[in-house]
Amino acid sequence: MTELTELGVKAIRDGVAAGDFTAREVAEAFNAAVAGAGALNAFIVATPDKAIEAAERVDADRAAGRELGPMAGVPIGMKDLFATEGVQTTAASHILEGFVPRYESTVSQNLWNAGAGMLGKLNLDQFAMGSSNETSYFGNVVSPWRRKDGGNSPLAPGGSSGGSSAAVAARIAAAATGTDTGGSIRQPAAFTGICGIKPTYGRCSRWGVVAFASSLDQAGPMARDVADCAIMLGAMAGFDPKDSTSLDLPVPAWEAGLSDDLRGRKVGIPREYRMEGTDPEILDSWERGKQWLRDAGAEIVDISLPHTKYALPAYYIIAPAEASSNLARYDGVRYGLRELPADAAGKAAGLQDMYAATRAEGFGDEVKRRILIGTYVLSAGFYDAYYNQAQKIRTLIARDFERAWAECDVILAPTTPTASFPLGEKADDPLAMYLNDVFAVPASLAGLPAMSVPAMLNRDGLPLGLQLVGKPFDEQGVLNAGLAIERRAGFAAKPEKWW
Amino acid sequence: MSVDQTTVAKIASLARIKMSEDELARMAPELSQILDWVEQLGEVDTSEVEPMTAVIPNSLRLRADEVDADPLTGGNRRDDVLANAPAAEHGFFGVPKVIE
Repeated sequence: MTELTELGVKAIRDGVAAGDFTAREVAEAFNAAVAGAGALNAFIVATPDKAIEAAERVDADRAAGRELGPMAGVPIGMKDLFATEGVQTTAASHILEGFVPRYESTVSQNLWNAGAGMLGKLNLDQFAMGSSNETSYFGNVVSPWRRKDGGNSPLAPGGSSGGSSAAVAARIAAAATGTDTGGSIRQPAAFTGICGIKPTYGRCSRWGVVAFASSLDQAGPMARDVADCAIMLGAMAGFDPKDSTSLDLPVPAWEAGLSDDLRGRKVGIPREYRMEGTDPEILDSWERGKQWLRDAGAEIVDISLPHTKYALPAYYIIAPAEASSNLARYDGVRYGLRELPADAAGKAAGLQDMYAATRAEGFGDEVKRRILIGTYVLSAGFYDAYYNQAQKIRTLIARDFERAWAECDVILAPTTPTASFPLGEKADDPLAMYLNDVFAVPASLAGLPAMSVPAMLNRDGLPLGLQLVGKPFDEQGVLNAGLAIERRAGFAAKPEKWW
Repeated sequence: MSVDQTTVAKIASLARIKMSEDELARMAPELSQILDWVEQLGEVDTSEVEPMTAVIPNSLRLRADEVDADPLTGGNRRDDVLANAPAAEHGFFGVPKVIE
Protein backbone atom coordinates (compact mmCIF):
# COMPACT_ATOMS: atom_id res chain seq x y z
CA MET A 1 0.00 0.00 0.00
CA THR A 2 1.13 3.57 -0.67
CA GLU A 3 2.43 5.34 2.37
CA LEU A 4 -0.42 7.34 3.84
CA THR A 5 1.68 10.51 3.95
CA GLU A 6 1.97 10.36 0.17
CA LEU A 7 -1.77 11.04 -0.08
CA GLY A 8 -3.33 14.45 -0.48
CA VAL A 9 -6.67 15.87 0.61
CA LYS A 10 -8.96 14.12 -1.87
CA ALA A 11 -7.23 10.74 -1.65
CA ILE A 12 -7.37 10.77 2.15
CA ARG A 13 -10.97 11.94 2.35
CA ASP A 14 -12.13 9.38 -0.22
CA GLY A 15 -10.02 6.60 1.31
CA VAL A 16 -11.37 7.24 4.78
CA ALA A 17 -14.93 7.37 3.46
CA ALA A 18 -14.42 4.09 1.58
CA GLY A 19 -12.87 2.41 4.61
CA ASP A 20 -9.50 1.77 2.92
CA PHE A 21 -7.86 3.10 6.09
CA THR A 22 -9.01 4.91 9.19
CA ALA A 23 -8.62 8.60 9.88
CA ARG A 24 -6.65 7.63 12.97
CA GLU A 25 -4.11 5.72 10.88
CA VAL A 26 -3.68 8.76 8.68
CA ALA A 27 -3.27 11.10 11.65
CA GLU A 28 -0.70 8.79 13.23
CA ALA A 29 1.31 8.59 10.01
CA PHE A 30 1.42 12.37 9.66
CA ASN A 31 2.13 12.93 13.36
CA ALA A 32 5.16 10.66 12.99
CA ALA A 33 6.26 12.51 9.84
CA VAL A 34 6.01 15.85 11.66
CA ALA A 35 7.97 14.49 14.63
CA GLY A 36 10.70 13.27 12.27
CA ALA A 37 11.07 16.53 10.36
CA GLY A 38 12.48 18.83 13.03
CA ALA A 39 15.32 19.83 10.69
CA LEU A 40 12.85 21.71 8.47
CA ASN A 41 11.62 23.82 11.42
CA ALA A 42 8.25 24.01 9.66
CA PHE A 43 6.20 23.87 12.86
CA ILE A 44 6.35 26.23 15.82
CA VAL A 45 4.26 23.82 17.88
CA ALA A 46 3.04 20.35 17.01
CA THR A 47 -0.40 19.29 18.23
CA PRO A 48 -0.49 15.51 17.68
CA ASP A 49 -3.33 15.09 20.19
CA LYS A 50 -5.52 17.50 18.23
CA ALA A 51 -4.90 15.51 15.05
CA ILE A 52 -5.82 12.24 16.79
CA GLU A 53 -8.93 13.70 18.44
CA ALA A 54 -10.25 15.01 15.11
CA ALA A 55 -9.48 11.68 13.43
CA GLU A 56 -11.30 9.71 16.14
CA ARG A 57 -14.35 11.90 15.69
CA VAL A 58 -14.33 11.19 11.95
CA ASP A 59 -13.89 7.44 12.49
CA ALA A 60 -16.75 7.46 15.01
CA ASP A 61 -18.98 9.41 12.62
CA ARG A 62 -18.24 6.94 9.86
CA ALA A 63 -18.94 3.97 12.13
CA ALA A 64 -22.24 5.55 13.13
CA GLY A 65 -23.15 6.15 9.50
CA ARG A 66 -23.17 9.93 9.88
CA GLU A 67 -22.38 12.13 6.91
CA LEU A 68 -18.68 13.03 6.63
CA GLY A 69 -17.45 16.52 5.89
CA PRO A 70 -15.50 17.55 2.77
CA MET A 71 -12.18 17.43 4.68
CA ALA A 72 -13.03 14.42 6.85
CA GLY A 73 -9.91 12.70 8.14
CA VAL A 74 -7.45 15.11 6.51
CA PRO A 75 -4.61 16.23 8.83
CA ILE A 76 -3.45 19.74 8.00
CA GLY A 77 -0.98 22.31 9.23
CA MET A 78 -2.33 25.66 10.43
CA LYS A 79 -0.27 28.75 9.68
CA ASP A 80 0.50 30.32 13.05
CA LEU A 81 -1.31 33.49 12.03
CA PHE A 82 -4.74 31.91 12.71
CA ALA A 83 -5.99 32.13 16.30
CA THR A 84 -6.55 28.62 17.66
CA GLU A 85 -8.36 28.22 20.93
CA GLY A 86 -6.10 26.81 23.64
CA VAL A 87 -3.09 26.57 21.31
CA GLN A 88 -0.34 29.19 21.29
CA THR A 89 -0.68 31.68 18.42
CA THR A 90 2.40 33.85 17.81
CA ALA A 91 2.50 35.18 14.23
CA ALA A 92 6.12 33.95 14.60
CA SER A 93 6.84 36.94 16.85
CA HIS A 94 8.36 37.31 20.29
CA ILE A 95 5.71 39.87 21.22
CA LEU A 96 2.97 37.20 20.98
CA GLU A 97 5.03 34.36 22.40
CA GLY A 98 2.88 32.54 24.94
CA PHE A 99 -0.38 34.07 23.66
CA VAL A 100 -3.06 31.40 23.94
CA PRO A 101 -6.31 32.56 22.29
CA ARG A 102 -9.63 31.96 24.00
CA TYR A 103 -11.36 31.77 20.65
CA GLU A 104 -10.95 30.09 17.28
CA SER A 105 -10.55 31.91 13.96
CA THR A 106 -13.47 31.48 11.56
CA VAL A 107 -11.36 29.84 8.86
CA SER A 108 -9.80 27.27 11.19
CA GLN A 109 -13.20 26.55 12.77
CA ASN A 110 -14.66 26.02 9.28
CA LEU A 111 -11.92 23.48 8.57
CA TRP A 112 -12.49 21.58 11.82
CA ASN A 113 -16.22 21.59 11.08
CA ALA A 114 -15.41 20.04 7.69
CA GLY A 115 -13.59 17.18 9.42
CA ALA A 116 -9.95 18.29 9.17
CA GLY A 117 -7.54 17.79 12.07
CA MET A 118 -4.64 19.97 13.21
CA LEU A 119 -1.07 18.67 13.12
CA GLY A 120 0.30 21.89 14.58
CA LYS A 121 0.98 25.56 14.07
CA LEU A 122 3.21 26.35 11.13
CA ASN A 123 6.16 28.70 11.14
CA LEU A 124 6.04 31.84 8.98
CA ASP A 125 7.75 35.16 8.46
CA GLN A 126 7.12 37.34 11.49
CA PHE A 127 3.65 38.91 11.18
CA ALA A 128 3.67 37.50 7.63
CA MET A 129 6.30 40.08 6.61
CA GLY A 130 8.91 38.45 4.44
CA SER A 131 9.48 36.31 1.35
CA SER A 132 11.95 33.71 2.60
CA ASN A 133 10.81 32.75 6.11
CA GLU A 134 13.93 34.31 7.60
CA THR A 135 12.15 36.87 9.79
CA SER A 136 10.52 34.38 12.19
CA TYR A 137 11.44 34.72 15.86
CA PHE A 138 11.40 30.92 15.95
CA GLY A 139 14.13 30.46 13.35
CA ASN A 140 14.23 29.97 9.59
CA VAL A 141 12.17 27.32 7.87
CA VAL A 142 14.38 25.25 5.57
CA SER A 143 13.00 24.16 2.22
CA PRO A 144 12.89 20.39 1.74
CA TRP A 145 14.30 21.00 -1.76
CA ARG A 146 18.00 21.00 -2.52
CA ARG A 147 19.90 21.87 -5.64
CA LYS A 148 20.70 18.82 -7.69
CA ASP A 149 24.39 19.76 -7.96
CA GLY A 150 24.80 18.25 -4.51
CA GLY A 151 25.23 21.65 -2.91
CA ASN A 152 23.59 21.39 0.48
CA SER A 153 23.16 25.07 1.22
CA PRO A 154 19.74 25.43 2.82
CA LEU A 155 17.20 27.01 0.49
CA ALA A 156 14.33 29.39 1.23
CA PRO A 157 10.87 27.79 1.23
CA GLY A 158 9.45 31.20 0.30
CA GLY A 159 7.36 33.39 2.53
CA SER A 160 5.53 34.37 4.35
CA SER A 161 3.74 30.98 4.35
CA GLY A 162 7.09 29.14 4.40
CA GLY A 163 6.21 26.59 7.09
CA SER A 164 3.08 25.77 5.08
CA SER A 165 4.93 25.31 1.79
CA ALA A 166 7.76 23.28 3.35
CA ALA A 167 5.33 21.00 5.23
CA VAL A 168 3.17 20.25 2.20
CA ALA A 169 6.14 19.74 -0.14
CA ALA A 170 7.90 17.48 2.41
CA ARG A 171 4.74 15.34 2.82
CA ILE A 172 4.54 16.04 6.54
CA ALA A 173 1.09 17.64 6.13
CA ALA A 174 -1.59 16.68 3.61
CA ALA A 175 -2.30 20.38 3.10
CA ALA A 176 -1.90 23.65 4.96
CA THR A 177 -3.51 27.02 5.37
CA GLY A 178 -1.71 30.08 4.08
CA THR A 179 -2.40 33.77 3.99
CA ASP A 180 -1.54 36.08 1.12
CA THR A 181 -1.09 39.83 1.49
CA GLY A 182 1.26 40.39 -1.43
CA GLY A 183 2.14 36.90 -2.63
CA SER A 184 2.57 34.96 0.61
CA ILE A 185 0.66 31.91 -0.65
CA ARG A 186 1.73 31.94 -4.29
CA GLN A 187 5.47 32.63 -3.97
CA PRO A 188 6.16 29.87 -1.39
CA ALA A 189 3.96 27.46 -3.37
CA ALA A 190 6.04 28.20 -6.49
CA PHE A 191 9.33 27.75 -4.59
CA THR A 192 8.35 24.32 -3.29
CA GLY A 193 6.50 22.74 -6.23
CA ILE A 194 3.00 22.80 -4.76
CA CYS A 195 -0.29 24.58 -5.50
CA GLY A 196 -1.74 27.51 -3.62
CA ILE A 197 -4.67 29.81 -4.26
CA LYS A 198 -5.51 33.21 -2.88
CA PRO A 199 -9.26 33.71 -3.43
CA THR A 200 -11.07 36.97 -4.16
CA TYR A 201 -10.65 39.43 -1.30
CA GLY A 202 -13.45 38.73 1.18
CA ARG A 203 -14.04 35.04 0.34
CA CYS A 204 -12.33 33.80 3.51
CA SER A 205 -13.06 35.51 6.79
CA ARG A 206 -10.25 37.51 8.34
CA TRP A 207 -11.79 37.11 11.80
CA GLY A 208 -9.21 35.62 14.12
CA VAL A 209 -6.35 36.03 11.65
CA VAL A 210 -3.55 38.19 13.04
CA ALA A 211 -3.86 41.36 10.93
CA PHE A 212 -1.02 42.61 8.73
CA ALA A 213 -2.59 44.78 5.99
CA SER A 214 -6.32 44.40 6.28
CA SER A 215 -7.27 45.64 2.81
CA LEU A 216 -5.03 42.95 1.28
CA ASP A 217 -4.96 39.99 3.70
CA GLN A 218 -6.67 36.85 2.37
CA ALA A 219 -6.46 33.26 3.56
CA GLY A 220 -6.23 30.34 1.17
CA PRO A 221 -5.19 26.71 0.88
CA MET A 222 -1.78 25.28 -0.01
CA ALA A 223 -1.86 21.70 -1.22
CA ARG A 224 -0.31 19.13 -3.53
CA ASP A 225 -2.66 19.67 -6.45
CA VAL A 226 -5.44 21.79 -7.89
CA ALA A 227 -8.31 19.51 -6.82
CA ASP A 228 -7.05 19.51 -3.23
CA CYS A 229 -6.97 23.32 -3.31
CA ALA A 230 -10.55 23.41 -4.66
CA ILE A 231 -11.78 21.12 -1.88
CA MET A 232 -9.98 22.94 0.90
CA LEU A 233 -10.89 26.43 -0.32
CA GLY A 234 -14.52 25.32 -0.34
CA ALA A 235 -14.19 24.37 3.32
CA MET A 236 -12.41 27.60 4.31
CA ALA A 237 -14.58 30.14 2.48
CA GLY A 238 -17.96 31.55 3.37
CA PHE A 239 -19.73 34.63 4.66
CA ASP A 240 -18.85 35.65 8.18
CA PRO A 241 -20.79 38.46 9.88
CA LYS A 242 -17.80 38.98 12.20
CA ASP A 243 -15.63 40.28 9.33
CA SER A 244 -16.87 43.61 7.98
CA THR A 245 -15.34 42.93 4.54
CA SER A 246 -16.57 39.33 4.25
CA LEU A 247 -18.37 38.64 0.96
CA ASP A 248 -22.03 37.79 1.49
CA LEU A 249 -22.14 35.33 -1.40
CA PRO A 250 -22.75 31.60 -1.59
CA VAL A 251 -19.60 29.45 -1.87
CA PRO A 252 -19.55 27.87 -5.35
CA ALA A 253 -19.07 24.09 -5.66
CA TRP A 254 -15.49 24.49 -6.88
CA GLU A 255 -14.57 20.81 -6.67
CA ALA A 256 -17.61 19.73 -8.67
CA GLY A 257 -16.94 22.50 -11.20
CA LEU A 258 -13.38 21.41 -12.02
CA SER A 259 -12.77 20.97 -15.74
CA ASP A 260 -9.67 21.37 -17.88
CA ASP A 261 -11.67 21.98 -21.03
CA LEU A 262 -10.79 25.58 -21.85
CA ARG A 263 -12.47 25.78 -25.26
CA GLY A 264 -13.93 29.23 -25.74
CA ARG A 265 -11.80 30.71 -22.97
CA LYS A 266 -9.30 33.47 -23.59
CA VAL A 267 -6.05 33.61 -21.67
CA GLY A 268 -4.34 37.00 -21.44
CA ILE A 269 -0.55 37.37 -21.52
CA PRO A 270 0.39 40.73 -19.96
CA ARG A 271 3.28 42.20 -21.89
CA GLU A 272 4.49 44.28 -18.93
CA TYR A 273 5.34 41.09 -17.00
CA ARG A 274 8.14 40.40 -19.45
CA MET A 275 10.62 42.39 -17.41
CA GLU A 276 14.22 43.02 -18.26
CA GLY A 277 16.55 40.62 -16.56
CA THR A 278 13.97 37.91 -15.94
CA ASP A 279 15.54 34.45 -15.76
CA PRO A 280 15.30 32.81 -19.23
CA GLU A 281 14.03 29.61 -17.62
CA ILE A 282 11.14 31.56 -16.09
CA LEU A 283 10.31 32.85 -19.58
CA ASP A 284 10.59 29.29 -20.90
CA SER A 285 8.10 28.03 -18.29
CA TRP A 286 5.75 30.82 -19.32
CA GLU A 287 6.00 29.75 -22.99
CA ARG A 288 5.24 26.17 -22.02
CA GLY A 289 2.29 27.38 -19.98
CA LYS A 290 0.84 29.13 -23.01
CA GLN A 291 1.19 25.97 -25.05
CA TRP A 292 -0.48 23.83 -22.37
CA LEU A 293 -3.43 26.20 -22.20
CA ARG A 294 -3.65 26.27 -26.01
CA ASP A 295 -3.70 22.46 -25.96
CA ALA A 296 -6.60 22.68 -23.50
CA GLY A 297 -8.56 24.68 -26.06
CA ALA A 298 -7.91 28.22 -24.88
CA GLU A 299 -7.09 31.13 -27.12
CA ILE A 300 -3.97 33.08 -26.11
CA VAL A 301 -4.24 36.88 -26.41
CA ASP A 302 -1.75 39.63 -25.66
CA ILE A 303 -2.95 42.15 -23.13
CA SER A 304 -1.52 45.22 -21.45
CA LEU A 305 -1.53 46.11 -17.75
CA PRO A 306 0.23 49.46 -18.09
CA HIS A 307 0.69 50.30 -14.41
CA THR A 308 2.35 46.99 -13.47
CA LYS A 309 5.73 48.55 -12.65
CA TYR A 310 4.11 50.76 -10.02
CA ALA A 311 2.37 47.93 -8.19
CA LEU A 312 5.29 46.91 -6.00
CA PRO A 313 6.26 50.41 -4.82
CA ALA A 314 2.56 51.20 -4.19
CA TYR A 315 2.29 47.98 -2.18
CA TYR A 316 5.31 48.96 -0.08
CA ILE A 317 3.48 52.12 0.95
CA ILE A 318 0.00 50.68 1.46
CA ALA A 319 0.94 47.47 3.29
CA PRO A 320 3.35 49.12 5.76
CA ALA A 321 0.84 51.94 6.35
CA GLU A 322 -1.84 49.44 7.29
CA ALA A 323 0.64 47.37 9.29
CA SER A 324 1.78 50.38 11.33
CA SER A 325 -1.83 50.94 12.29
CA ASN A 326 -2.71 47.27 12.90
CA LEU A 327 0.40 46.58 14.97
CA ALA A 328 -0.27 49.54 17.26
CA ARG A 329 -2.29 47.07 19.35
CA TYR A 330 0.88 45.39 20.64
CA ASP A 331 1.46 47.65 23.60
CA GLY A 332 2.22 45.31 26.49
CA VAL A 333 -1.17 45.89 28.07
CA ARG A 334 -3.75 43.44 26.77
CA TYR A 335 -1.77 40.42 25.64
CA GLY A 336 1.72 39.28 24.84
CA LEU A 337 5.04 40.58 26.00
CA ARG A 338 5.51 43.40 28.50
CA GLU A 339 8.88 45.04 29.12
CA LEU A 340 9.04 47.24 32.18
CA PRO A 341 12.59 48.55 32.38
CA ALA A 342 13.79 50.35 35.50
CA ASP A 343 16.02 53.41 35.12
CA ALA A 344 19.47 53.75 36.69
CA ALA A 345 17.95 54.97 39.93
CA GLY A 346 15.79 51.85 40.08
CA LYS A 347 12.59 53.77 39.32
CA ALA A 348 10.17 51.62 37.30
CA ALA A 349 9.27 52.73 33.78
CA GLY A 350 6.23 54.84 33.03
CA LEU A 351 3.54 53.89 30.54
CA GLN A 352 5.22 55.44 27.48
CA ASP A 353 8.56 53.83 28.32
CA MET A 354 6.80 50.51 28.71
CA TYR A 355 5.23 50.80 25.23
CA ALA A 356 8.54 51.67 23.58
CA ALA A 357 10.55 49.01 25.41
CA THR A 358 7.94 46.30 24.82
CA ARG A 359 7.78 47.01 21.10
CA ALA A 360 11.57 47.28 20.81
CA GLU A 361 12.00 43.88 22.43
CA GLY A 362 8.98 42.17 20.84
CA PHE A 363 9.29 43.07 17.14
CA GLY A 364 11.98 41.83 14.74
CA ASP A 365 13.93 44.07 12.36
CA GLU A 366 11.71 43.65 9.31
CA VAL A 367 8.56 44.33 11.34
CA LYS A 368 10.15 47.48 12.79
CA ARG A 369 11.25 48.55 9.33
CA ARG A 370 7.70 48.28 8.01
CA ILE A 371 6.14 49.98 11.02
CA LEU A 372 8.56 52.89 10.57
CA ILE A 373 7.88 53.16 6.82
CA GLY A 374 4.14 53.04 7.52
CA THR A 375 4.38 55.64 10.26
CA TYR A 376 6.41 57.90 7.98
CA VAL A 377 4.10 57.69 4.95
CA LEU A 378 1.05 58.37 7.13
CA SER A 379 2.62 61.26 9.02
CA ALA A 380 1.46 64.85 8.60
CA GLY A 381 2.99 66.42 5.52
CA PHE A 382 3.71 63.12 3.76
CA TYR A 383 0.27 61.52 3.69
CA ASP A 384 -0.75 63.01 0.34
CA ALA A 385 2.57 62.50 -1.40
CA TYR A 386 2.93 58.87 -0.34
CA TYR A 387 -0.19 57.17 0.97
CA ASN A 388 -2.82 58.97 -1.07
CA GLN A 389 -0.75 58.71 -4.24
CA ALA A 390 -0.30 54.97 -3.64
CA GLN A 391 -4.05 54.50 -3.17
CA LYS A 392 -4.67 56.37 -6.44
CA ILE A 393 -2.21 54.10 -8.18
CA ARG A 394 -4.03 51.16 -6.66
CA THR A 395 -7.17 52.44 -8.41
CA LEU A 396 -5.24 52.55 -11.70
CA ILE A 397 -3.94 49.01 -11.23
CA ALA A 398 -7.45 47.71 -10.54
CA ARG A 399 -8.64 49.61 -13.64
CA ASP A 400 -5.92 47.96 -15.76
CA PHE A 401 -7.33 44.57 -14.79
CA GLU A 402 -10.95 45.66 -15.41
CA ARG A 403 -9.98 46.71 -18.93
CA ALA A 404 -8.12 43.45 -19.49
CA TRP A 405 -11.26 41.46 -18.64
CA ALA A 406 -12.83 42.88 -21.81
CA GLU A 407 -10.24 40.88 -23.74
CA CYS A 408 -9.61 37.75 -21.68
CA ASP A 409 -11.07 35.48 -18.98
CA VAL A 410 -7.94 34.62 -17.08
CA ILE A 411 -4.34 35.87 -17.06
CA LEU A 412 -1.22 33.69 -17.22
CA ALA A 413 2.11 34.91 -15.85
CA PRO A 414 5.08 33.58 -13.93
CA THR A 415 4.58 33.44 -10.16
CA THR A 416 8.10 34.60 -9.27
CA PRO A 417 11.06 36.14 -11.12
CA THR A 418 13.43 33.39 -9.89
CA ALA A 419 13.45 29.95 -8.31
CA SER A 420 14.18 29.51 -4.60
CA PHE A 421 17.46 31.01 -3.38
CA PRO A 422 19.80 30.07 -0.51
CA LEU A 423 18.82 31.30 2.93
CA GLY A 424 20.82 34.40 3.78
CA GLU A 425 21.35 35.45 0.17
CA LYS A 426 18.92 38.38 0.27
CA ALA A 427 18.46 38.77 4.01
CA ASP A 428 20.53 41.98 4.17
CA ASP A 429 18.91 43.66 1.19
CA PRO A 430 15.25 44.48 1.86
CA LEU A 431 14.62 45.78 -1.68
CA ALA A 432 16.02 42.67 -3.38
CA MET A 433 13.78 40.60 -1.12
CA TYR A 434 10.70 42.70 -1.97
CA LEU A 435 11.27 42.08 -5.71
CA ASN A 436 10.33 38.43 -5.18
CA ASP A 437 6.71 39.49 -5.19
CA VAL A 438 6.83 41.68 -8.29
CA PHE A 439 4.48 39.36 -10.23
CA ALA A 440 2.27 38.51 -7.27
CA VAL A 441 1.47 41.95 -5.87
CA PRO A 442 -0.70 43.42 -8.68
CA ALA A 443 -3.45 40.79 -8.18
CA SER A 444 -3.31 41.45 -4.43
CA LEU A 445 -3.78 45.18 -4.89
CA ALA A 446 -6.79 44.48 -7.13
CA GLY A 447 -8.26 41.86 -4.74
CA LEU A 448 -8.35 39.23 -7.48
CA PRO A 449 -8.24 35.43 -7.15
CA ALA A 450 -4.80 34.13 -8.11
CA MET A 451 -3.11 30.77 -7.97
CA SER A 452 0.32 29.24 -8.42
CA VAL A 453 0.69 25.81 -10.04
CA PRO A 454 4.00 23.95 -10.47
CA ALA A 455 5.25 23.99 -14.07
CA MET A 456 8.72 22.46 -14.28
CA LEU A 457 12.11 22.08 -12.65
CA ASN A 458 14.88 24.48 -13.57
CA ARG A 459 18.49 23.56 -14.36
CA ASP A 460 19.26 23.29 -10.65
CA GLY A 461 16.40 20.85 -10.15
CA LEU A 462 14.25 23.43 -8.36
CA PRO A 463 10.53 24.00 -9.02
CA LEU A 464 9.13 26.93 -10.98
CA GLY A 465 5.50 27.96 -10.72
CA LEU A 466 3.02 29.54 -13.09
CA GLN A 467 0.46 32.03 -11.91
CA LEU A 468 -3.16 32.36 -12.99
CA VAL A 469 -5.13 35.49 -12.15
CA GLY A 470 -8.90 35.60 -12.53
CA LYS A 471 -11.81 38.00 -12.53
CA PRO A 472 -13.34 38.90 -9.17
CA PHE A 473 -15.29 35.89 -7.78
CA ASP A 474 -14.05 33.61 -10.59
CA GLU A 475 -11.96 31.20 -8.53
CA GLN A 476 -13.42 28.48 -10.76
CA GLY A 477 -11.83 29.98 -13.87
CA VAL A 478 -8.49 30.17 -12.07
CA LEU A 479 -8.72 26.59 -10.76
CA ASN A 480 -9.73 25.22 -14.15
CA ALA A 481 -6.87 26.92 -15.98
CA GLY A 482 -4.60 25.65 -13.19
CA LEU A 483 -5.96 22.15 -13.71
CA ALA A 484 -5.28 22.38 -17.46
CA ILE A 485 -1.66 23.25 -16.72
CA GLU A 486 -1.33 20.59 -14.04
CA ARG A 487 -2.61 17.83 -16.34
CA ARG A 488 -0.25 18.82 -19.13
CA ALA A 489 2.83 19.80 -17.14
CA GLY A 490 2.92 16.35 -15.55
CA PHE A 491 4.89 17.78 -12.64
CA ALA A 492 5.57 14.81 -10.37
CA ALA A 493 8.87 15.88 -8.80
CA LYS A 494 9.20 15.95 -5.06
CA PRO A 495 12.08 16.69 -2.74
CA GLU A 496 14.31 13.77 -1.79
CA LYS A 497 14.14 13.13 1.94
CA TRP A 498 17.29 14.31 3.76
CA TRP A 499 15.75 15.51 7.04
CA MET B 1 19.09 60.31 1.31
CA SER B 2 15.43 60.98 2.04
CA VAL B 3 15.51 60.34 5.79
CA ASP B 4 18.35 61.03 8.17
CA GLN B 5 18.96 59.59 11.59
CA THR B 6 17.12 62.41 13.36
CA THR B 7 14.03 61.80 11.22
CA VAL B 8 14.14 58.08 11.91
CA ALA B 9 14.42 58.82 15.63
CA LYS B 10 11.31 61.01 15.34
CA ILE B 11 9.36 58.29 13.46
CA ALA B 12 10.46 55.61 15.94
CA SER B 13 9.23 57.77 18.77
CA LEU B 14 5.87 58.27 17.01
CA ALA B 15 5.67 54.50 16.51
CA ARG B 16 6.63 53.91 20.18
CA ILE B 17 9.66 51.75 19.36
CA LYS B 18 12.75 52.40 21.45
CA MET B 19 15.84 52.39 19.25
CA SER B 20 19.51 52.69 20.09
CA GLU B 21 21.80 55.04 18.17
CA ASP B 22 23.29 51.99 16.44
CA GLU B 23 19.91 50.80 15.29
CA LEU B 24 18.96 54.26 14.06
CA ALA B 25 22.22 54.50 12.14
CA ARG B 26 21.56 51.13 10.51
CA MET B 27 17.88 51.80 9.80
CA ALA B 28 18.27 55.28 8.24
CA PRO B 29 19.97 54.21 4.99
CA GLU B 30 17.66 51.17 4.68
CA LEU B 31 14.55 53.29 5.01
CA SER B 32 16.01 55.90 2.66
CA GLN B 33 16.66 53.26 0.03
CA ILE B 34 13.05 52.05 0.25
CA LEU B 35 11.61 55.57 0.25
CA ASP B 36 13.80 56.63 -2.71
CA TRP B 37 12.51 53.62 -4.59
CA VAL B 38 8.82 54.39 -3.93
CA GLU B 39 9.42 57.99 -5.11
CA GLN B 40 8.85 56.71 -8.67
CA LEU B 41 5.12 56.74 -7.97
CA GLY B 42 5.36 60.51 -8.35
CA GLU B 43 5.83 60.04 -12.13
CA VAL B 44 2.22 58.94 -12.55
CA ASP B 45 -0.34 61.63 -13.24
CA THR B 46 -3.15 60.87 -10.82
CA SER B 47 -4.87 64.26 -10.89
CA GLU B 48 -8.08 62.70 -12.24
CA VAL B 49 -7.96 59.53 -10.13
CA GLU B 50 -9.79 58.82 -6.88
CA PRO B 51 -7.83 56.93 -4.22
CA MET B 52 -9.08 53.37 -3.77
CA THR B 53 -11.28 52.84 -0.74
CA ALA B 54 -12.60 49.31 -1.30
CA VAL B 55 -10.94 46.70 -3.45
CA ILE B 56 -14.12 44.68 -4.00
CA PRO B 57 -17.34 46.73 -3.96
CA ASN B 58 -19.05 45.92 -0.69
CA SER B 59 -21.33 47.82 1.63
CA LEU B 60 -20.41 48.14 5.25
CA ARG B 61 -22.82 46.16 7.37
CA LEU B 62 -23.90 47.06 10.86
CA ARG B 63 -24.67 44.34 13.35
CA ALA B 64 -28.08 44.23 14.99
CA ASP B 65 -28.32 46.81 17.78
CA GLU B 66 -28.78 44.19 20.45
CA VAL B 67 -26.81 43.37 23.56
CA ASP B 68 -24.72 40.24 22.94
CA ALA B 69 -26.04 39.89 19.37
CA ASP B 70 -23.20 37.45 18.77
CA PRO B 71 -22.42 35.16 21.69
CA LEU B 72 -18.74 34.89 20.76
CA THR B 73 -18.02 38.59 20.48
CA GLY B 74 -20.73 39.86 22.83
CA GLY B 75 -20.37 40.76 26.47
CA ASN B 76 -19.72 38.79 29.67
CA ARG B 77 -16.34 37.51 28.51
CA ARG B 78 -14.21 39.48 30.98
CA ASP B 79 -12.10 36.59 32.14
CA ASP B 80 -11.41 35.51 28.55
CA VAL B 81 -10.47 39.06 27.60
CA LEU B 82 -8.06 39.33 30.54
CA ALA B 83 -6.67 35.81 30.27
CA ASN B 84 -3.63 36.81 28.22
CA ALA B 85 -2.94 40.17 29.86
CA PRO B 86 0.59 40.45 31.29
CA ALA B 87 -0.74 42.10 34.48
CA ALA B 88 -4.47 41.71 35.00
CA GLU B 89 -5.63 42.88 38.43
CA HIS B 90 -9.07 43.01 40.02
CA GLY B 91 -10.78 42.47 36.69
CA PHE B 92 -8.84 45.22 34.90
CA PHE B 93 -5.74 45.57 32.75
CA GLY B 94 -2.91 46.67 35.02
CA VAL B 95 -0.56 49.39 33.73
CA PRO B 96 2.29 51.37 35.28
CA LYS B 97 1.23 54.43 37.21
CA VAL B 98 0.29 57.19 34.76
CA ILE B 99 -0.23 60.12 37.15
CA GLU B 100 2.61 61.18 39.43
